[in-house]
Amino acid sequence: MNTDMSKTENKKNRNGETSPCCCAEAEPHVERPPCCGPPATVGGGEINEKVPGFIGWLSTMTGRVPRISSELTINDRFSAWKLRWGIGRMSAVLPPGLYVLGKPERQDPVVVTANYKMSYDLVRHALAGRNLWLLVLETFGVNVWCAAGKGAFGTEELVRRIEKTGLSQVVDHRLLLLPILGATGIEAHKVEARSGFRVRYATIRVDDLPEYFDNGMVTTTAMREMTFFMRERLALVPVELVMSLKKLAAVSLLLFLVPALMGDPGAGAGAVLAYLGAALGGIVVVPLLLPWLPGRAFSVKGAVLGLAMVAAWYLSGISRDVTVYAKVAAFVALPAVSAFHALNFTGCTPFTPRSGVKKEMRIALPVMGCAVLAGVVLLLIGLIPRQ
Amino acid sequence: MKGFRYLENVATLRFTSDRCTGCGRCVEVCPHQVFEPAGEIVAVVDRDACMECGACRMNCPHDAIQVDAGVGCASGLLHEWLRERNLSSSNRSCCS
Ligand code: SF4
Ligand code: SF4
Repeated sequence: MNTDMSKTENKKNRNGETSPCCCAEAEPHVERPPCCGPPATVGGGEINEKVPGFIGWLSTMTGRVPRISSELTINDRFSAWKLRWGIGRMSAVLPPGLYVLGKPERQDPVVVTANYKMSYDLVRHALAGRNLWLLVLETFGVNVWCAAGKGAFGTEELVRRIEKTGLSQVVDHRLLLLPILGATGIEAHKVEARSGFRVRYATIRVDDLPEYFDNGMVTTTAMREMTFFMRERLALVPVELVMSLKKLAAVSLLLFLVPALMGDPGAGAGAVLAYLGAALGGIVVVPLLLPWLPGRAFSVKGAVLGLAMVAAWYLSGISRDVTVYAKVAAFVALPAVSAFHALNFTGCTPFTPRSGVKKEMRIALPVMGCAVLAGVVLLLIGLIPRQ
Repeated sequence: MKGFRYLENVATLRFTSDRCTGCGRCVEVCPHQVFEPAGEIVAVVDRDACMECGACRMNCPHDAIQVDAGVGCASGLLHEWLRERNLSSSNRSCCS
């Protein structure tokens, strides 16, 4: 009983909430990195001349603050591209603290972001040509949304960073501009009570910040509306792909070896190709075609795509030399494979609540399991040599 | 959110209108426009759009909102279930 309790506790962060981002395990300790980031990374360290985009120092009441450029170098762009593939996450962290863009005065706005290199680069690039203060929180190299879900981008850290940087002596006003997706970790009223700074949630997307400022710091309806456009979905595919590689390789090996050992390596190779096709359908095609695939449940979308792919294979005539057993197996099992991977994509989407995903899994998983099992049995029957 | 809808009648969002003062924070933070101003206070206008992120609950100064916020991630839930049944000791989550 006790252990059960502690397990449930583990899944909650210090705010008693679990995360909206794709991480099953919440870290209850703010000082430790949340699970979305590189494993067991250290914090961003101290600010020095090596911070990305450094162009000089600005003297303030509380000491010198790095001035940073809005220009992204080839290296910055390359590291962003690598991060999309899940490479280089360990070095995607920068020192938390106060930075400046342009030559801000004491009344210029303070924008808050995370110490994830990609978030920081997006912000400084979008705000080119403006004078403002950039307060970078220690999120251990994790983006705003994931870190907010864990409480790392949270009330504690924000209040601590305001104190550590002496922000109240640097600026005259008492207003902080935060990304809307950071709200999950922040209790705005508590921040104000503890630090004197009012929190205003500006926009969801960094791209909208220039318009937000030009609009007199007013959030339009569009700026607070979540989107999930093709390019946003596409950006998520590479890392999903990289993360499933191991699983794909293990299953492929098994699918090849069993028929090969039973004396039919050709059937093994065919099974591997079919499996990979179905899996990639779920991992790559479902995200891209998400709004157009029928059904609300992701598993239904995946199954429909899988079925369409098998049907295309069957009708194309490539399947001529395949046994009837293998054909039926393909129709039964492959849609389930696509459906499983499609279901996995729920973790990347910004609109699937936990209760909904749970409900879908309770219904879909047993069905998928049975379908795959039936497919495997059919395949094996087909492999038994006949006199 | 335009163009995307997930399952209906699942969200755990509960709004206690007696406590609401109409400060508008929930309207400001919700990325799915679940709340809208309604006279002096606010109203839940699109419960099925809620993704249970918990932002409104966190930022409501008067405790007028309850929601079981959490991970809407199949792979994460699967690992959680396996661990609960002691079938997996892996500490891996889907975004590591
Ligand atoms: S944040 Fe709370 S008090 Fe403010 S409008 Fe929303 S429900 Fe009402
Ligand atoms: S939990 Fe998130 S999505 Fe749901 S109503 Fe609150 S802010 Fe909106």
